[in-house]
Formats: sequence, structure tokens, C-alpha cells
Amino acid sequence: MEWEVVIGLEVHVQLNTATKIFCGCSTTFGAEPNTQTCPVCLAMPGALPVLNAAAVNKAIALGLALGSEINRRSIFARKNYFYPDLPKGYQISQYELPVVGAGHLDIVLPDGTEKRIGVTRAHLEEDAGKSLHESFDSQSGIDLNRAGTPLLEIVSEPDMRSATEAVAYLKKLHALVRYLDISDGNMQEGSFRCDANISLRRPGHPYGTRAEIKNLNSFRFLEKSILFEISRQKDILENGGQIIQETRLFDSVRSETRSMRSKEEANDYRYFPDPDLLPLVLEQSRIEAVQAQLPELPDAKKNRFMEQYGLPAYDAGVLTSGRPLAEYYETVAEGMDSKLAANWIMGELLGALNRTGLEVENCPVPAMQMRLLLSRIEDQTISGKIAKEIFEALFLESGEVDAIIEARGLRQITDTGAIVSLIEEIVSRHPQQVADYRSGKEKLFGFFVGQVMKESQGKASPDQVNSLLKQKLQGE
Amino acid sequence: MEIHELSIQGIRQALVSGQYSSHEITGALLQRIAEENPRLNAFVTVTGELALAQAKVADSRRARGEQGPLLGVPVAHKDIFCTRGVRTTCASRMLENFVAPYDATVIRRLQESGMVMLGKLNMDEFAMGSSNETSHFGPVRNPWNPARVPGGSSGGSASALAARLVPAATGTDTGGSIRQPAAFCGVTGLKPTYGRVSRYGMIAFASSLDQGGPMARSAEDCALLMDAMAAHDPLDSTSHAQADGQFYAGLDRSLEGLRVGVPEEFFGEGLDPQVAEAVQSAIRQFEKMGARIRKVHLPNNVHAVSTYYVLAPAEASSNLARFDGVRYTRRASCPRDLTDLYTRSRYEGFGPEVRRRILVGTYVLSAGYYDAYYLQAQKVRSLIREDFRRAFAEVDVIVGPATPTTAFALGDKSNDPVAMYLADIYTIAVNLAGIPAISLPCGFDRSGMPVGMQIMGNYFADEQLLAIAHQYQLQTGWHLRSPGQQGRG
Repeated sequence: MEWEVVIGLEVHVQLNTATKIFCGCSTTFGAEPNTQTCPVCLAMPGALPVLNAAAVNKAIALGLALGSEINRRSIFARKNYFYPDLPKGYQISQYELPVVGAGHLDIVLPDGTEKRIGVTRAHLEEDAGKSLHESFDSQSGIDLNRAGTPLLEIVSEPDMRSATEAVAYLKKLHALVRYLDISDGNMQEGSFRCDANISLRRPGHPYGTRAEIKNLNSFRFLEKSILFEISRQKDILENGGQIIQETRLFDSVRSETRSMRSKEEANDYRYFPDPDLLPLVLEQSRIEAVQAQLPELPDAKKNRFMEQYGLPAYDAGVLTSGRPLAEYYETVAEGMDSKLAANWIMGELLGALNRTGLEVENCPVPAMQMRLLLSRIEDQTISGKIAKEIFEALFLESGEVDAIIEARGLRQITDTGAIVSLIEEIVSRHPQQVADYRSGKEKLFGFFVGQVMKESQGKASPDQVNSLLKQKLQGE
Repeated sequence: MEIHELSIQGIRQALVSGQYSSHEITGALLQRIAEENPRLNAFVTVTGELALAQAKVADSRRARGEQGPLLGVPVAHKDIFCTRGVRTTCASRMLENFVAPYDATVIRRLQESGMVMLGKLNMDEFAMGSSNETSHFGPVRNPWNPARVPGGSSGGSASALAARLVPAATGTDTGGSIRQPAAFCGVTGLKPTYGRVSRYGMIAFASSLDQGGPMARSAEDCALLMDAMAAHDPLDSTSHAQADGQFYAGLDRSLEGLRVGVPEEFFGEGLDPQVAEAVQSAIRQFEKMGARIRKVHLPNNVHAVSTYYVLAPAEASSNLARFDGVRYTRRASCPRDLTDLYTRSRYEGFGPEVRRRILVGTYVLSAGYYDAYYLQAQKVRSLIREDFRRAFAEVDVIVGPATPTTAFALGDKSNDPVAMYLADIYTIAVNLAGIPAISLPCGFDRSGMPVGMQIMGNYFADEQLLAIAHQYQLQTGWHLRSPGQQGRG
């Protein structure tokens, strides 16, 4: 009998506000330790939190994008535990009444099917600082620059049934927070990380006992930790064992999860409403103002791309996976063959970006140059093949499309006379092949095209070469 | 009249007339503190040089034509308010050497009004206590009788005022910590409406109950202090948008037709008959002044102490978690590991009463007990609030004793926490409701110890309370008596 995996994700998103959630300190990443701190985020005696309105607006934006209920009244609570990088001895979070209630996110699986994943809630909280265990000779250092950075914790329903679904959900959410410009989504820097709750059950049976894998900061780690957990839990269950409810850590070097603490060892966080903060009350007008500022969301954009540009769902999905890419596409596609633009961006551009590890935002080929390049294909100044060469040059050395064409003499040869003399040259050089072709070896046609193109250094218009060559070979 | 006997108002007049400079007044008070504080232990830190320097600045500001009512007037602060550059201990070993890099909003506002800081006043450790015996720096003595406690937790403030070491002091009141010591020492103190005085920089005990307030030897002086202290503070999310007021300007108001409620529950078992008599006679005085007296009921007051001793420790257990030995606090030497660092730093840094309340608070918030204790206490808190709402529909203010007895002897209750907690039986409900109340002297018992009464008002009735107390003090002289007149010792 088969096992069914049940997965729910808790995603921690660092909000990209200029200042921290409860004080005016900067949230910039990478500053000297403890330079972005004040009495409030250092938890000095008597210091008090004041809520950052921008963080609240970003939470509302996400809630609206997920079709969630926005709670008009939510409560900040204290989660009490001791840790050196948690200066107050408690984290200000939201417990019983979060700002964002139930919503959903629709994901598309690789086979094209859609699935709706429920989002239970999203709540605001503050990040902790960082403990630094290196370079302090048997002591630990603490950097509180990150303490008080606003986080939005987005909790899904246990609706995912495979690692693929979980990764699709996380990717979709990642794209969404960047669309909404509520987070930089930088996974290396920890701006976007998730905990995965994973359990197995027999299909149709109640949920099994789950393990929680903490702090996964890449899509690959999420996938690997789920696959590892499935086989670990399956082994235990099939050998008559029981899963222990526990927190586990993913070891990326060994690609396995390891027990961190069991439920019995878990903290009693003693949540209670934070008396330093009033309940967060949201006026309808404020929610409407955030709504009015929302950008076009990924699903809407995808539908528009299919309609407006006549793109297949797959292409539209890829091109709308991020706002910068979608904008790039729209700039290139304006007034152009939209499918040609899609092919070039999904093929050449994304390929080159992938190879060099660059993002669309810092792509060395500006959208306007890409557009110009494609327009030179369309007006037959250059062939597609030459265009690839030019793209390569643009990407690696930058420059301007027309200048490169001129400088390198890449203009396509469309002069019929010139092409005809090229053809005659080739035909006269290969009498045997001509005879073979004429006696029925038609696949030799490609050979002649290749030779002519080669002779022209790729500049001859392939269309013209084709028709003129045909005339020549068949005509005599 | 000697300089140290001058009230805020008296000092103000002396400064305006040029009779004395702030520097002279400050010097005289520092002299008096040097002489008297050793037997009272009211100060944790005396900031003599700083005070004289601030006095000079105040004098030159005055010479340039500035005229603020508090300009050049000396004050001392409960050592719970953070003061930049001057250590703030909260009377705890934990913060023995803590120097804050910032001023509490109250400190900043009083400093901007030109007040001169004489030093930091002793208190119960982290404001937890009703006798000032839990201080790491030793108990404070009651100037009326050094064998008696001054009350707590603002015991240093009350003692220093009564002994004429300072004309003005700040206090904080979580369950009676301004009003009870004011009553024990025969001075006047206001616990303002929650949200009128900023809590920023005031070391938190129980955030939903804590409120800073003025202490002085008259309601008039308290009003002058409130004019400077009360204001909206963007750094405190619980600060009220309309926190400021016209406290001094509002003092002149008639008691004609004032509806004064007297809660039966405040005159029952446990109340010292001598205290009852003094308060009753004050009530008759109000009647003489035109007030109409009527009975009111506060049926849930009986639950106030037990409710308070769930909620206040719950908040405290969380508020005091930041004192962990990691950053600015005292740290245990050579910790074996992280747990050892936490447990020993906290065990060594906190005194027994603070540890007791942290334990109680942790317990009532823990899984399985939260509903039975914390949540239940919050429900009772609403009932207590409702009591006052109903009472204030019928009367303008409520008058009763501030404390069940006059000041008790040192050591009397220090081994019986519950008896100690009951010393606040009349003051705690006010904090649970968030309403204002003033405590002022209304007589003396046969052993010569002052008796305090308490006037409670509706939300934002702070001005009214000060005015009523002021009108009473215009007709009576209890607040003018000083321990010196009784003969020392």
C-alpha cells in the first residue's frame, strides 16, 4: 500500500521596509555588527516598541494578493524564551489574532495542472539577532543588527502532497512577495526562508505525526529535505515504528535531516498579549488604499500575456514569473512578433543569465537593445544566426546593435546577384554532388545551402539562398 | 523659613523675586541631603556636581528672561527612570552599575522645563514591594519615625519629601507605589490616568499598570509638575493622544455641588479605626466645602489584590526577561555554559521578592494554567473597571483611605508576603481600571504617624483631583506639618 506525504509550510519573509518593525533603525543588510541598533532593539530597560506602519501595509498587500481576510483588529503577543540573540527575552509576534486571515495560492505543476493551496494565516513579527560563534576564541559574539527586522510569517494549510508541489508553492510565493515589492526575497541572506511540516499517512486516513524541518533557505534544500523525510518516515513506519513529533534540522552537506529537539523538550512560550502595544485596528480606508497601490499580480499578468500577446500558457507563465522579466518582455515585444520575442527571451536571454548567474535586473543587454536586435531580424538586416552572434557580443562586451552589425560587417546579403554568384561558385566547385542531387539524392540540398552560407560567412539571407539555390539546381 | 522647607511654589517665588538663586537653593538642599540622608537612606545616588551645574544653567536662563514655573527648581527622581550618564539601578543588584545612554521621557521633559536633578531615589527593587525593604541598597526610613517603613515602592521619594530633602520628586505607581508611601510619609502624590505620563525610559514592572506621576508636599506642587510631565509621547504606544492638560491653571475650582462617593467596601474589616476617623473627618470637611456625600459600591474591589497578583507578576516575568546577564546587566562570573550564565546571573542579580514574582508570573502564563489564572484575572479586571464605570455614573469622585493602617514597623511584614500585599488593598483597583487617584495627608494617628486619604476620579479627571486636593489643602494644614516639628527620633 502506498504512503501519501502531507506537507505544510511556514514561510518567513523579511519585509523590505527601510526601518525596523518597532524602532527607527535601518534594516540594511551587511553593516558592521551592532551598528544598526538603538535602546529599543537592544532591549535597554524602559525602551518601548512603536509599530512601523509600512510593515503593516506590506502585510495587508500580501493578504490582499492571497485573497485573504484582512483582520480589522489584530493583537501583538509576546513569545517568551531565552536566547542570547533575542534581547528582550521575548519575541513580539502575533498569536491568536493575526493581521492576515485565511486565503489561498494557486500553483501550476510541471504537468500543467493547477492546484489551490490554502493559506491559513500570515502574521507580523520581529526577527532576532544573530549569534556568531566563529572568531571569538571559545566565546560567542552577538550581532543585533537584524533584531527587530520585520518578518511576515505565512502559514499554509497541510495541502501539499509532494516535494514538487511544495517547491511550486514556495516558488510562487517567492515570486509573489517580489511582485508586491514587500521583500527582496534574497534566500542567501535569509530574507525568505521556510519551515516544512512533513508527515506520512495512508491515503484517506487521518494525518500522521509530523516532523518540522527548520530554516530551509533554498528550493533545493526544501525538495531534498522532503525526499529525505519521506524515506526516513517510511522506513520507520514500515518497520512498525512510530514517528516522534520533533523539530529537525536539514544538513545540506549530507542531504539529511537531524533531530534538534522533541516535543517534550519544546519551549512553553507563554504567549500573552503585549501590553506595550495597542491592538492593531485597521480602517477600511487603509485597506482600500493598499489595494489601490497593488501592482498587477502574477496570475492576472499571465492571463493578460496569453491574451494580449497570444502566448501559450507555458511561455506566459515563465515570462511573468518575475516582475522585472515581465517588464523586459513587454518592452521587447512592443510592436514586434510577440512569439519571436518570447523565444529569444526564454532561450537566449534566460540561458545567458543562467550561465552567468545574473538577474534580469542587472542584465547587460538592455531591453531596448534586445528589441532592436529582433527588429533587425524582422527587417532582414541580419539572419537569426547572426543575431545570436550579436546577442553574444552584446551580453559579453555590451555595445549597440547597429554599431556591431556595421563594425563586423554582418549585414545580411540580400542582393540577388551576389547570392547567385556565390551559388554558381559552389555549384561549379562540386559537380559530382550536383549530378548526385539531380539524380535524386535530394538531401544533398542541405549540403549546398551550408556551403553557400559558409562562403558568405553566414551573411547571405537564408530564404534567398534557399529559393535561388533551388532554381539553380532544378533549372539546369 | 529655611530653604529646605520651601515648596516648589515657594522656591519659584524666591527665584522670581531674586531672594535666592537656584544655585543657592540647590547647594542648601545638597547640604541637607548630606546631613540627613545617612539616617534615611532615601537616595541611591546623589548627583551634587551635576545639580550645581544644572542650577547655574537655570540661573543664567532666568537671567536671560526665561520664566518657566519649574526653572531652577530642584527635583530628585525615583531610580526607575533612566537618566543619561547617571546610573539607573532600579534598586537592584542586577543594574548596580547600569548607566543608560538615554533619558526617560519624563526626565527629559522635566529637564527641559529647567528642573535641577539632585539625584536618584531609593525604592523597592524593580518597584516590587510596599515598604521599601526589598531595595538592594537597604531599606529607607520613615522620617516621622525611623523604626517605621516609608511605604513603597516609591519610598525614597516620599521619605525625601517628608524629610525636606527635596521639594519635588517623581514616583511610579503600579499598584499604589506613589499613593501608599505618600500616605505613610504625609506627602501628596498623584497616580495619573494611564497614558497621561510617558512610560518611555521608565523601567517596566507591569506595563499595563505602570504609571509615572508627581510627588510633592502639596497638590498645588503636584499640579506644577504634572504641567511638565503629562504629554503625548510618540515613543510610547500606550501614551494618550491628548495626554497633556491644564493642571496648575485648573486648581481654582469650587467644591460646591461636587458629588463625592464613599465606598462602603473601603471602610470594612482590616481598616485601622484611627485611619477611618481621619478619613471620615476629611469627608466632613468636603461636605463643609459644599460637596454632597453619598455611598457608592465597588463590590469587586475585594478581588483586586488577587487579580493584581496574577497580572502584575505575569507581565513582570516577561518584562524582566531582558535582564539576562548577556548585555548591560550584572553577569555571573565564569559561567559554565549558557544556562549557567542565565540562572546564576539572574539568581544573583534579583532579590527574593523579585524572584518570587517572576516565578508566580511564569506559572500563571504557562501552558495549562493560562486560562485558569491569567485569562480569569483579565475577566475580573473588566469587572473592576465596570465597578468604577457604574460608580462614576453617580458621583464625580470617590474618597476613601489610601491605606488600611499608618506606616508599619520595619521587618513587620517582610516575612509575610500576603500581609505585605494587603497593604495595597485600597490602591490596586485604581491601577487595574487605569483611572487617576491622588493621595494626600488628612490627619495623624496617636503615635504621630500621618494618615493618608485617597481621591479617585474618572478617566482624565486628573485636573479635578488636583483641584479638589488643593482646595482641601487651602482649608487644612495637615500637609504643612513636618517631622521636624514633632521632634526628632
